[in-house]
Amino acid sequence: MTSRRIFLKNGAFALVSLGFAPSFLARTAFAAGTGRAKRLIAIFQRGAVDGLNMVVPHGEADYYRARPSIAIPRPRTADGALDLDGFFGFNPRVGSLKPLWDSRDLAIVNACGSPDSTRSHFDAQDYMESGTPGVKSTQDGWLNRYLQARKEETESSFRAVALSQQLPRMLQGLAPALAMNQIAQFGIRGGQSDVMSTSFEAQYAAAADQVLNGVGREAFSAMKTLKVADPSKYQPDNGAQYPTSPFGQALRQIAQLTKSDVGLEVAFADIGGWDTHVNQGAAQGQLATRLDDFSRSISALVADLGDRMADTVVLTMSEFGRAVNENGNRGTDHGHGNAMLVIGGGVRGGKVYGKWPGLSVDRRYEGRDLAVTTDFRDVFGEVVVRHLGLTNPQSVFPGYSVQPSKFPGLFA
Amino acid sequence: MRARTAALLTIAILAAFSTPQAAGPIPVTAAAPTDQKAIVHLLNRIGYGPRPGDVERVRELGLQKYIDQQLHPERIADAAMDTRLSGFVTINLSSREISEQYEQPQLELRQARKQQAAAAPPNGQPAQTPNPDMTPEMRRAARGGVPPQQQAQAVLIELQEQKLLRAIYSERQLQEVLTDFWFNHFNVDARKGRDRFLLTEYEREAIRPNVLGKFRDLLGATAKSPAMLFYLDNFQSVDPNAGAARGGRGLRPGVTAGRGRVRGGLNMPMPTPPPQQQARAPRGLNENYGRELMELHTLGVDGGYTQKDVTEVARAFTGWTIDNPRQGGGFQFNARMHDEREKVVLGHRIKAGGINDGEEVLTILATHPSTARFISTKLARRFVSDTPPDSLIDRLSAKFKDTKGDLREVMRTLLTSPEFQSPDAYRAKVKTPLEFIVSAVRATGAEVVNARQLVSGMQQLGMPLYQCQPPTGYKDTADAWTNTGALVNRMNFATTLSTNRQLGMSPAQLQALGNRDTLLDTIVSGDVSETTRATVAKASTVPQMVALTLGSPEFQRR
Repeated sequence: MTSRRIFLKNGAFALVSLGFAPSFLARTAFAAGTGRAKRLIAIFQRGAVDGLNMVVPHGEADYYRARPSIAIPRPRTADGALDLDGFFGFNPRVGSLKPLWDSRDLAIVNACGSPDSTRSHFDAQDYMESGTPGVKSTQDGWLNRYLQARKEETESSFRAVALSQQLPRMLQGLAPALAMNQIAQFGIRGGQSDVMSTSFEAQYAAAADQVLNGVGREAFSAMKTLKVADPSKYQPDNGAQYPTSPFGQALRQIAQLTKSDVGLEVAFADIGGWDTHVNQGAAQGQLATRLDDFSRSISALVADLGDRMADTVVLTMSEFGRAVNENGNRGTDHGHGNAMLVIGGGVRGGKVYGKWPGLSVDRRYEGRDLAVTTDFRDVFGEVVVRHLGLTNPQSVFPGYSVQPSKFPGLFA
Repeated sequence: MRARTAALLTIAILAAFSTPQAAGPIPVTAAAPTDQKAIVHLLNRIGYGPRPGDVERVRELGLQKYIDQQLHPERIADAAMDTRLSGFVTINLSSREISEQYEQPQLELRQARKQQAAAAPPNGQPAQTPNPDMTPEMRRAARGGVPPQQQAQAVLIELQEQKLLRAIYSERQLQEVLTDFWFNHFNVDARKGRDRFLLTEYEREAIRPNVLGKFRDLLGATAKSPAMLFYLDNFQSVDPNAGAARGGRGLRPGVTAGRGRVRGGLNMPMPTPPPQQQARAPRGLNENYGRELMELHTLGVDGGYTQKDVTEVARAFTGWTIDNPRQGGGFQFNARMHDEREKVVLGHRIKAGGINDGEEVLTILATHPSTARFISTKLARRFVSDTPPDSLIDRLSAKFKDTKGDLREVMRTLLTSPEFQSPDAYRAKVKTPLEFIVSAVRATGAEVVNARQLVSGMQQLGMPLYQCQPPTGYKDTADAWTNTGALVNRMNFATTLSTNRQLGMSPAQLQALGNRDTLLDTIVSGDVSETTRATVAKASTVPQMVALTLGSPEFQRR
């Protein structure tokens, strides 16, 4: 091992170098040859997180002018931002992710988003998940199209899993993908469950109904895999402490599946509660509480996955940002550009990517919102190409020309 | 004339469903008459599926008569339903009464505990003397009666149970289906702040009475409901140019002279907020309602409005607020919060002034062609298929416009349309969790003793009642509800239901469902695959037969 982990009181962890660069980059080589595939863990912050209060542009005087009551104070003041690069800082409640920034395992893409102007949650989420902003008729999600583009001969039923009640739009499509809330409860229960399971399986396999036939096959195949893997006795590694929140528990189960070696390649989880129109708070309050859950869950996942993070990228996204000015209720209305976090294997972290457009009124989108300087498809595209290793991503983003020259440069 | 139409209609429906199947065995039992499918289809769409005996009852009455009846729920006797709900103590209370009886005790207890903690001696032991500010009721609660928090929860639980029981047992099936449809259309999440105390009245007063009335009335009722005003934040949206008075007491929603206890910032559930929270009076415009009103309630996202329209609509609704929100007060127009300047909405100049600004916006939106189309599309999607034919949407939109949004006439057109009766529509819809659970209980004819387990069943299947977070409401298409996890949960629910006495599945009830030859037809009304038939036939117990029937692919569709 090139590093060991030290756990801080707050549950975050730090990597202590033993003579080597303690980043996942260094351990990529170490893990090579084990045959482990690359993985992507996509996280959706539904409801539009206020990126400006998550990754705070404390170097912008306009930020403080626009938000008299909800701005995060400058670093080194009470409840102040945690400085990242002299201009941006984390909301103090994102503190558990700060060690990952310091170890250069976490990158930020700021002023990122959709070329479409919609401020509808529904439409914007739809576009971010279909990967076709402005086009509603797209049938499948971009992650599903990635799976289709790299169809494997012996497909694991756990290749793509959403730890959510419903399969997200991003994973809907022709390639099989699973949705489950609680992996421990994924199976037919009750008396004579084996017999019942066999009967149900036969019914769905014989169904002329194509939709239910397909979903049924996926379900029973997954049940068999899970039975063999037996994830019921799971203990997180490295002292990782997941919040008891639904989001924390979803990430815990993603780690569980990853470590069960059931062939997980793409995982998805979402976290809501970001639509802070009223009293969003600053370093304390509604938004801060959500950010705390969000960051502690992710930092626990990263700690728990340990060396497996060398092959894993965690990518966070939210449908749009929020207006620069606070509204009349000490909250923020729907906006445009936002910040994404990219964590893990091979990411050139410790850096904020994307051209920063500034917050003065004349630099804003439609005079009110953070402008978008990086199309989200360039971030997704770079992850698909440089991390997951798909050479031709054109089918994943129909109608868009994916060009490495437009990639933010997150990976070496 | 009327009888003739009915006769023609029946012939049309019979023709539509009696096309012989080209290949394979016809699984319908030999005795089943040819109109069976048409009746089952109607019962699956106009309501939550047939109970044992329903098909025969409708056959006797006639399809057209049954549709007519369902379109006039006020003419359908439903006394048994009232009796069944007579033990529910909160469902007929006003929001004010609910606030007084369930919300206030909780707030006061919390406050009393706070004071107690503050008065505690330095060693951390709470003071022993009972707080004199506590009412006897609160003391009783604090001593180990039902804690006020749980009592507060009881309001939502009763609401959830009554919804399921009405869906299962009410004779006014169409009214229940539409109440669900329109609540979901004008969705409010019970988990947002104090909305859980407001939904009982919202559903009872704003939604249910209007589902077969004029769309404008339904829209107006939701616009003025405290539940919606709170959920989409409009109650604290204030004229941004209110100038010197900004933040002044007069601008706080619901604060009128002599009743100064009420303050803005209701996310903090405390009767007397500390000073820094007192500063949370609303100070400006909030666009949330203005946007969702157009995107979700009327025009649809492509209905032709701009960001500028959103802001103008939000300005028109400034001052639409709640009178004494903390005490369950009703709608109030507060002129001092209202932006009196002219607005331009979708090209219309609005200078009606005062409350009429908002009223005029509602009328413009309710009569807009995009609204007719948006509502028609959603109804067609609910009642016909995930991808309803344009011909149907056109006809419904035209009816909506011609009748100035008469929802009864739009529904009549829909239910008697050839598209509704088309073989393409038969079993075209995958049931939502609500439709699955309710239709399962109905199909077995069970007498539910305690509906609580159905409430948690809804949670497990991913559709917790009254708790859909985004204002979009739950999706009504198959893609949202057909995934592996959900499917496994349905099979497990079927297994649970088949043995659960609380849900009415007593041995006697199971017996009544018949034997392995007839049970399948009783529950799914025939028309199942040979494999499904075989798995049920070889099951070793009646509960297993029931579970395999309710969990089968055929039962997942309506």
